[in-house]
Amino acid sequence: MSETAMDRIAKATPPRVARRIKGFSDRTIAWIFVAPTIFLLLAVNIFPLIWTIRLSFTNYRANRPNAELDWVGLRNYQRILNDGDIWQTMQATAHFLFWTLFFQVLIGFALAWLINRKFKGNDLWTTIIVLPMMLSPAVVGNFWTLLYQPQIGLFNNIVAYFTGADPTSFSMIGDVALAPWAIVIVDTWMWTPFVMLICLAGLRSIPDSIYEAAECDRASKWRQFWTITVPMVLPFLMLAVLFRGIENFKMFDLVVQLTGGGPGNTTTLTSIELKREAFEKWRTGYSSAYGIILFVTVFGLASIYVKALNKVKER
Amino acid sequence: MKTIHLLAAASIAVASGLGATRAHADELTLCWAAWDPANALIELSKDFEQKSGHKMSFEFVPWPNFADRMLNELNSGGQLCDLMIGDSQWIGLGAEAGHYVKLNDFFAAEGISMDDFIPATVTGYAEWPKGTPNYWALPAFGDVVGWTYRKDWFERPELRAEFKEKYGRELEAPNTLAELKDIAEFFQGREIDGKTVYGAAIYTERGSEGITMGVTNALYNFGFEYDDPENPYHLDGFVNSPEAVAGLEFYKQLYDCCTPPGSSDWYMSENIDAYKSGQVALQMNFAFIWPGVNADPNVGGERSGYFPNPAGPGGHFAQLGGQGISVVSYSDSKDAALEYIKWFAQPEIQSRWWDLGGYSALRAVVEDPGFATSQPYAQTFLDSMAIVKDFWAEPAYASLLLSMQERVHNYVIAGQGTAQEALDALVADWVEVFEDEGKL
Repeated sequence: MSETAMDRIAKATPPRVARRIKGFSDRTIAWIFVAPTIFLLLAVNIFPLIWTIRLSFTNYRANRPNAELDWVGLRNYQRILNDGDIWQTMQATAHFLFWTLFFQVLIGFALAWLINRKFKGNDLWTTIIVLPMMLSPAVVGNFWTLLYQPQIGLFNNIVAYFTGADPTSFSMIGDVALAPWAIVIVDTWMWTPFVMLICLAGLRSIPDSIYEAAECDRASKWRQFWTITVPMVLPFLMLAVLFRGIENFKMFDLVVQLTGGGPGNTTTLTSIELKREAFEKWRTGYSSAYGIILFVTVFGLASIYVKALNKVKER
Repeated sequence: MKTIHLLAAASIAVASGLGATRAHADELTLCWAAWDPANALIELSKDFEQKSGHKMSFEFVPWPNFADRMLNELNSGGQLCDLMIGDSQWIGLGAEAGHYVKLNDFFAAEGISMDDFIPATVTGYAEWPKGTPNYWALPAFGDVVGWTYRKDWFERPELRAEFKEKYGRELEAPNTLAELKDIAEFFQGREIDGKTVYGAAIYTERGSEGITMGVTNALYNFGFEYDDPENPYHLDGFVNSPEAVAGLEFYKQLYDCCTPPGSSDWYMSENIDAYKSGQVALQMNFAFIWPGVNADPNVGGERSGYFPNPAGPGGHFAQLGGQGISVVSYSDSKDAALEYIKWFAQPEIQSRWWDLGGYSALRAVVEDPGFATSQPYAQTFLDSMAIVKDFWAEPAYASLLLSMQERVHNYVIAGQGTAQEALDALVADWVEVFEDEGKL
């Protein structure tokens, strides 16, 4: 009879350890192995979450830990939901989220489709395209602040070259109408390669035999694209949207470097506002409530999205 | 043999001397902002190291992150800093939250008198509550918002003639805010030496404290008050008075008419860069930059002049900057830190501080007959320090500051709403803060 993996583990177990666990049921041993992970999960995730929920009903300020703690009920939630500025930051976040995802999916898929075709220098182009996403967001933020500079910035001068407009006549990060687009452009520049890579993985996972069968059926390229390529890449694309959506919902560093949330509140995203409330104003109770609202929003939206993603996969 | 004895004796003496130094030597960390005066302080502190045997190390953080980083350090009870040169507005929090050591007994024991310092710096940097003899810091670095201008451009005959024809007066450093705006308008978009230049670099930064430190120079001089002088924390009608609204409108007009393109998020360093690169005729900035401007190969010496924030229809004030030096209560080396403050307060050290580029707040230094002529900007510094006014120094100053940043930036830079709406909203924000603080 051949030796099983369990037998090998049993043999390899030092006698001292074997003596100690002798008599333990498999279930107990399983619990012993899982316990540290559960403990860490409770300590690092669950306890802070419960603690945050508790703090959200108080006026606690972390910079004054000895001050009297008042139970304020739902006041923090009421204030947040009735605050026009908070809704403005939500709007700014929604604008940023929608347009970055839109452009990244569109351009990312197009790039993946082009890169997937065999041509000379394919690998070199892939490397070049992927470069922006390897940079630090702080570096990208500073770099683009210079590119957007009206007097010497490359971006303004390129736009001026093509449109004939005076490069100093517009400021991408100083104008209320342009600033939201300025951050969309930079995020798209930086993260489109990520979407492209995921789409490329999807495209390369489609077996050639399917296209060959379609060719035999005399399906046009257009028909092949819509009935083979798009449906088979869709789960990958949806996964990319999920990753980028979650990342961009909590976008902070890039936008702070670029605009500081301005002009005014135009590019103040929820994460920037939350950080100001929590670690600059030190309204810990209030920001806890804000955090809970954001958590519920993201969790709810992500759950719906994951269900949709699973349905697409099952098709 | 005699030589051996001598060597042995010398070795013992040296060893015992070193041992004695080590027994009392501490390693002190001084926390401050990363800027030119900080480098001067490193140089100055070598004397302290030599005399005391303590070793100094420094933690300097760039201005945009200074408050964030250091207040986090204090709020978490961190032991990174033994000495903190904290911003003037932190004094309320430092005192009430127990971050700073109260220095009254120490000052009394060491014969350090606050009467020896410029009164505005004592009120601004050391006292909490304001106006009471409770001291939490020693005035360390006097600073105030003032203006730098291109004297060489102002002296050009063709520009002077054109200005006189247009405005009916000489092209000189302005005495009023209205005159300042005229000058900025005059230079805006002008070609000088084949290059397009602009009127003024002013504070517009959104993220930390920039636009507040700028706009207050207009607000104060139009009649803005933080609260009712007779009824503390009563804000309505003072923060949003018609005079304050006019002041805010003035600042927006100045931004709209006379600043370089793309200057929507500028603070100290951006203004310095714009001025030194010859982009602007006027620059709003704290006085700390003046030694650097004076020494600059492109705009220094006779090419630049300095003037205090000009008066407005409602008064003549300038935004106070600067800091006091405090002992952090969480430090394990409080005695050594106090030793540093004692050393720093000495008149000869303060005098050297000024020579190195630090703005001493000691009256013996600034009232010295030779002080006003010691540097081209010294008289402007004295004139400016005589008209200072500061932002709230309440424990909740950060909340008050961030609300003002938001409301003012929304109006001045983003052009959203009216000045009246911005200041009304500011009153509502501040009332909420003071209600939360239990002061209303």
